[in-house]
Amino acid sequence: MTEQERRIRAEQRERFDFAVIANWIPPGERVLDLGCGDGRLLRYLNETRDVSGYGVEIDHDSVLGCIRNGVDVIQMDIECGLSGFEDQSFNHVIISQALQTMHATERILGEMLRVAEEAVVSFPNFAYRTNRVAIAEGHMPVSEDLPYDWFDTPNVRFFTIVDFEQLCARLGIEIRERLAFDEAGHEVSDDPNLNGSLAFYRLGREA
Amino acid sequence: MSPSNSVGVVVPRSVDFDEPLTLKSGASLPGFSLAFETYGTLNAEHSNAVLVCHALSGSHHVAGVYADDPESVGWWDNLVGPGKPLDTRKFFVVGVNNLGGCYGSTGPLSINPQTGKRYGADFPLVTVEDWVAAQARLADHLEIRTWAAVIGGSLGGMQAIEWSLQYPDRIRHAVVIASAPKLSAQNIAFNEVARQAILSDPDFHGGYYADYGVVPTRGLRLARMVGHITYLSDSQMAEKFGRQLRHGEHKFSYDVDFEIESYLRYQGNKFAGFFDANTYLMMTKALDYFDPAYGYDGNLAAAFARARASFFVASFSTDWRFAPSRSREIVFALLHNRLHVVYAEIDCDAGHDSFLLDDQHYHALLRAYLENISV
Repeated sequence: MTEQERRIRAEQRERFDFAVIANWIPPGERVLDLGCGDGRLLRYLNETRDVSGYGVEIDHDSVLGCIRNGVDVIQMDIECGLSGFEDQSFNHVIISQALQTMHATERILGEMLRVAEEAVVSFPNFAYRTNRVAIAEGHMPVSEDLPYDWFDTPNVRFFTIVDFEQLCARLGIEIRERLAFDEAGHEVSDDPNLNGSLAFYRLGREA
Repeated sequence: MSPSNSVGVVVPRSVDFDEPLTLKSGASLPGFSLAFETYGTLNAEHSNAVLVCHALSGSHHVAGVYADDPESVGWWDNLVGPGKPLDTRKFFVVGVNNLGGCYGSTGPLSINPQTGKRYGADFPLVTVEDWVAAQARLADHLEIRTWAAVIGGSLGGMQAIEWSLQYPDRIRHAVVIASAPKLSAQNIAFNEVARQAILSDPDFHGGYYADYGVVPTRGLRLARMVGHITYLSDSQMAEKFGRQLRHGEHKFSYDVDFEIESYLRYQGNKFAGFFDANTYLMMTKALDYFDPAYGYDGNLAAAFARARASFFVASFSTDWRFAPSRSREIVFALLHNRLHVVYAEIDCDAGHDSFLLDDQHYHALLRAYLENISV
């Protein structure tokens, strides 16, 4: 792939991810986007669904990117929790492909469902077929959704669809919807833990 | 020659207001004048005006130089000018010396029309709220109905906050840097030490020192030394001065041994040479009293309920005078009210004074935010 092809591919995938998330966010809602990067998702949600909200980000350049994108952003470390954010003050809280970069997984999931009615979580599935093959061949996987070498990855938690669902059950988190996609972006229904590269969840508190 | 991105030679102006001003304390000023400067051009819609509020020792001389003194560069010149983050090609920028100041606005050194003598200690205590009310008169005078932005660092940031509360429909953006929603006990304690230094100077004469032809320089010097310690970070002081000796050896005397002592004495002396003691006392009191949540049982979110502006809030990692946690208090009160807010926590070594420096990332943030403001 040339650099340009790679870029176009990345943009297509990003639009695809955004569309999946946007589909779960009713128009006009208030959202909080954790690890929002340069605010592109929030901007997309605002432009396509009139969604208002804030991003939370720790990286300095990303915060600058948010400002350039006209996105409201709060620079803070989510690892320390979301103290300051009031209970149930958002309709949706989103963490898009950032949960695997944080240590305090349980705390973050708990905090998300404290500040919002529903959470949207997406993450790369470590048990995806090609990842298993890589491990079987003796290497840490590098793929479309896990695009980093082991020595240079921001990811600190490696987990699978099955692992995540077990944790949700233990934490009393209700899985309201799940979507899994392969690397080509096709939705998979058969054995998602094997065939899904990227997983999306809509989560709530068990009644 | 001034560099191409300087506003160049500027001329201070002054405006008199004859209508009495009732102050928060209940006292009243029969009239007053404000010294101010402007940079750039007010557009036809009068929609591009930005007010720059100064902190403790600042003035209306924000940018540019005076023709007769090439050293007299404005205190925030690195921010304001053509092509600079606060771009005077886009914005009409106004700097003002606050009421009670000592740079040309009516203050303790002015003549009290009722006695024909300098006000001295008779000048009433003015607050951040009073400053903003006075600034609103200046806005009226300049035919500025609504500020595109009000911007300030430290005590200046408090004025930007106050604008959003007192005149919610006259400010579109509040830029609040290295500030706090109120002083902590520790902040007030430092201010009290500074005040006691001045009040206990034998040359203070209860505030009427001008009548005696003296200045309480010793008190002012100490006040500034204490203040200056709080403006710098421990790490920056260590880096800049460490335990460097002035004379290369311990002198076993109370003269300057360490370079940091020399630096503080220099800063104190310089300040005492030009700043008015009564103004300093009053400014520190204005800081102490500022607390928008005071009338709301300490609930800052309730205080912000009437604000309509969008906010840019920034703090600096090594600022222990107004630490990042103080800025977060503001941010979460804004969030409660669903107001637009951008909050940046900037890594900078220079402590509270960071807001005056041209740190690259800091200025990039401000530039990006200000560029997005429509005029």
